[in-house]
Amino acid sequence: MAEFLVKNGFVYDPVLGINGDMVDVAVRNGKMVDASDVGTNATVIDAKGMTVMAAGVDIHAHIAGPKVNVGRNFRPEDKLFNATPGKGVMRMGGGHSVPTVLRTAYTYAKMGYGFALEAAMPPLLARHTHEEMRDTPIIDEGALPVFGNNWFVLEYLKNNEIENTAAYIAWLLRMTKGFGIKNVNPGGTEAWGWGLNCETIHDVVPYFDITPAQIIKGLIEANEYLGLPHCMHMHGNSLGQPGNYGITLETLKLAEGYKPKGDFGRDQVLHNTHLQFHSYGGESYTSKGFASASKEIMNYVNSVDNITFDTGIVTLDETTTMTADGPFEHHLSHMNNLKWVNSDVELETAAGIVPFIYGKNTFIAVAQWAVGVELALMAKDPMRCFITTDAPNAGPLYRYPRVWKWLMSLKARDALLEDAKYGDKVRNACYIGELDKEISLYELAMMTRAGCAKALGLSHMFGSLKPGLEGDVVVYPYNPETADDPELIEQAFGNAHTLIKGGEQIVKDGEIVSNGNKRTFWVNCKTNENAQVQHDISEKFKKYYTVTENNYGVSAHHYTPNPYVIEVDATK
Amino acid sequence: MSKIVTDVVCPFCGTLCDDLEVSLSDDGKEILEVYNACAIGAAKFLHAQASDRITRPRRRQEDGTWKDISYDEAVDYTAKMFAESKKPLMYGWSSTNCEAQGVGSELGEVVGAVMDNTATVCHGSTLIAVQDVGVPGCTLGEIKNRADRVVFWGCNPAHAHPRHMSRYSIFPRGFFTGKGAKSRKMVVVDPRCTDTAKTADIHLQLEQGRDYELLSAIRVAFRGEKLPDVVAGIPKEKIYEVADTLKEGRFSVIFFGMGVTHSLGKNHNIDIAIAVTRDLNDYTKAAIMPMRGHYNVTGSGQVWGWQFGFPFCVDLTRGFARYNPGETSANDLLMRDEVDSFFSLGSDPGAHFPNESVKKIANLPSVCIDPHITPTTAVCKVHVPVAFVGIEVGGCAYRMDNVPIETRKVVDPPEGMLTDEEFLKKVLDRVREIKEA
Repeated sequence: MAEFLVKNGFVYDPVLGINGDMVDVAVRNGKMVDASDVGTNATVIDAKGMTVMAAGVDIHAHIAGPKVNVGRNFRPEDKLFNATPGKGVMRMGGGHSVPTVLRTAYTYAKMGYGFALEAAMPPLLARHTHEEMRDTPIIDEGALPVFGNNWFVLEYLKNNEIENTAAYIAWLLRMTKGFGIKNVNPGGTEAWGWGLNCETIHDVVPYFDITPAQIIKGLIEANEYLGLPHCMHMHGNSLGQPGNYGITLETLKLAEGYKPKGDFGRDQVLHNTHLQFHSYGGESYTSKGFASASKEIMNYVNSVDNITFDTGIVTLDETTTMTADGPFEHHLSHMNNLKWVNSDVELETAAGIVPFIYGKNTFIAVAQWAVGVELALMAKDPMRCFITTDAPNAGPLYRYPRVWKWLMSLKARDALLEDAKYGDKVRNACYIGELDKEISLYELAMMTRAGCAKALGLSHMFGSLKPGLEGDVVVYPYNPETADDPELIEQAFGNAHTLIKGGEQIVKDGEIVSNGNKRTFWVNCKTNENAQVQHDISEKFKKYYTVTENNYGVSAHHYTPNPYVIEVDATK
Repeated sequence: MSKIVTDVVCPFCGTLCDDLEVSLSDDGKEILEVYNACAIGAAKFLHAQASDRITRPRRRQEDGTWKDISYDEAVDYTAKMFAESKKPLMYGWSSTNCEAQGVGSELGEVVGAVMDNTATVCHGSTLIAVQDVGVPGCTLGEIKNRADRVVFWGCNPAHAHPRHMSRYSIFPRGFFTGKGAKSRKMVVVDPRCTDTAKTADIHLQLEQGRDYELLSAIRVAFRGEKLPDVVAGIPKEKIYEVADTLKEGRFSVIFFGMGVTHSLGKNHNIDIAIAVTRDLNDYTKAAIMPMRGHYNVTGSGQVWGWQFGFPFCVDLTRGFARYNPGETSANDLLMRDEVDSFFSLGSDPGAHFPNESVKKIANLPSVCIDPHITPTTAVCKVHVPVAFVGIEVGGCAYRMDNVPIETRKVVDPPEGMLTDEEFLKKVLDRVREIKEA
């Protein structure tokens, strides 16, 4: 296999403690190796005046699966004036906020990413998610099945049956080839089956007689019972509601007292995704009624060590919102009166999809932007704060480099607020005006790869250039010594000079030259035989599902032709 | 002792029943009986055994007779036809698996084709309406477990989707619907007194083509506003009654079919039917669902969605994907003489298209991929028989509610017979060879 030697670049690797030093980086047989371990035949990549990092790891994006495809198919306007023809090894692409799977892959490659986690997979529709992931070249992917409104989980946790919950989860991960536990609007989405919601963590789920708080704690316990690579991945109740930060704090506090178990090296038991949407004060969306509560949230997050989060920063674009939080999307469609898709999934979950315009000339969109940025700037531990746009909910995937620009440059933030119609009101209602911090490249490497890899339990593969890890290296055409214009950040980090993924060169001189060797990651968790759970599964399929038990599981050959299976033994 | 294969998925309609049992001969080569299937589904399985089945490709001679050719020759003809065409039309894609649809998409991209599926004469207007106003929907299990108000509008599942009512919508006893049909009110809206309408609690026998008015009147009734004495032939008292029935349900669902998608108003009928459902969600919980016809027309829209971003009428001729139904739709292209070759797979346009379009197909270089002899094969230049998906080869298919199910292989295809996917792969390879030469 090919050998590569990346020379003369400014290297940022927080795991190895390399902070902008000029260090040679080498890849052999698909893995990182010591620079002295490659031969003279190695392809030499001269990264002089450029930035070198391990490939990026995205902990939360909606990039493959049923609701993503609804977004594509019901928004022809999203493709207007942005379609691109195929070229070389690349196939045609299209889509702004919801790109085709091919464009998704090329976008990640150009931003220097090697792994992405599809954030919500409805178990019954898992085959769909896998078909899309299979057709997404280059990047490795995994997907999180949703559990927080699953009837098995609700019934077991009502009686505090953690072992049964865990056995069911392990079974479902095997059936759907899933990566971990996603928990979206616990209880609220089941209530949505009747057009209702659970707005706090104490609202009782209709019929099932359990509260979101019980579901959250139960899923944390089940996750740690199994010792899965990733922790319980949380999208809490009352997303997007002014004044919801109190509910968020209550949610986060449910993790107190829990410690991670298992062999995957993570420190957290709860990952709160797109925290921006959960950090609102005030009582309305108006400039008089809205307030950022990022400080209140971050004071708590900074004070504990078993919680991670990603930001979900608003990018001020027209985009497409999509989530398993069905009642929220219904609410949103009544706010903007745009088209609304809802899709409830029997016994398991739901999804809603609504286009949304975050207008730069509205107060609330810029205030939301500020809240997200504040969270990242206030984070004391960059290994526990990850930069996302909850793509495409707060903004399209390809805007990541723009978000990095905002975080790395006060000048860029000031220019945005200056330009925004209600910039001053946003400064008043939020903390953005008080923050002059600029994220360093070293911190960026933590917030976009090292920390994400660790939180996913994949630090033995991704997030660093340490010998033995996957040969995933990116070179950005960014010179940290000379760059002074913040626009250079956005330009450079969206147009990687080189990407090596799994030891294969994907991007060469800014052009995509290979479709790589894409893998689908899933977790095969072994548990002890559990006759009760097996019986319950058979009963539910006989009586309530509309597919048979034997037609539920995702087979390997069609859907995951190139799997990477993480084995977990939870039998002890 | 015969051998029984269980959990077989029926490759006929969008109901995609997955509980069939097929009994095979001892050697596993012959299908003896099909259990649990409807008459249509069972016939499809048994038809695969027909003794007069075509097993080799054939090419039409000058005098109109067929001559058997090899698969290689058929591949070569197809590849050359594509390579020589400026604007080929690749149509169908609904009675095949997603794997074949995926290869077909890549082939379409390489040859610069217009790709269209059977939605174009079916639920295409629904897809357009969804692009206008979205759609509140759900999987069929939600209906089984929760729905207590079920409307069939312009569709006749008793004949078109024979097991729909027993598996999902009317008769099953679900989690919150323990009394089965007794826990549900069934409304049928149809100008004809169909067998479905005969089983309904309420049959609104509206005037043909007046669906939009009636749907609009229901929205008026929801709001308690005044109606004329009669709308679309239905007395206002009846309309108020139906509106109240739907509002008072815990979970209402509207299923609709060709009666509304291709009668006067087309996509606008669906727009307002969806608006009715949106309205209902302000009072209770409600969903609406198209009764998709072919067992995997839904999948074809999904595959094109993730590859190109559009569910039908996908024009790849300019090197990037365009979508403009009316311009890039199969019948419009054919009737305007805009395409210079025709490829059909997984559908029977010869039976479903207007005669004007079929005449055009007859005058074009054309290939039809189909296990059966059909009206389409009758007008095509080359007919390539293939294995039956769901009987002789597995693969993914999407039910009408977008639930993907992997169909099963039950028996081997006749010896030497290719599958859709294998044939398309060969054509793709051959096209690349020709293009590189």
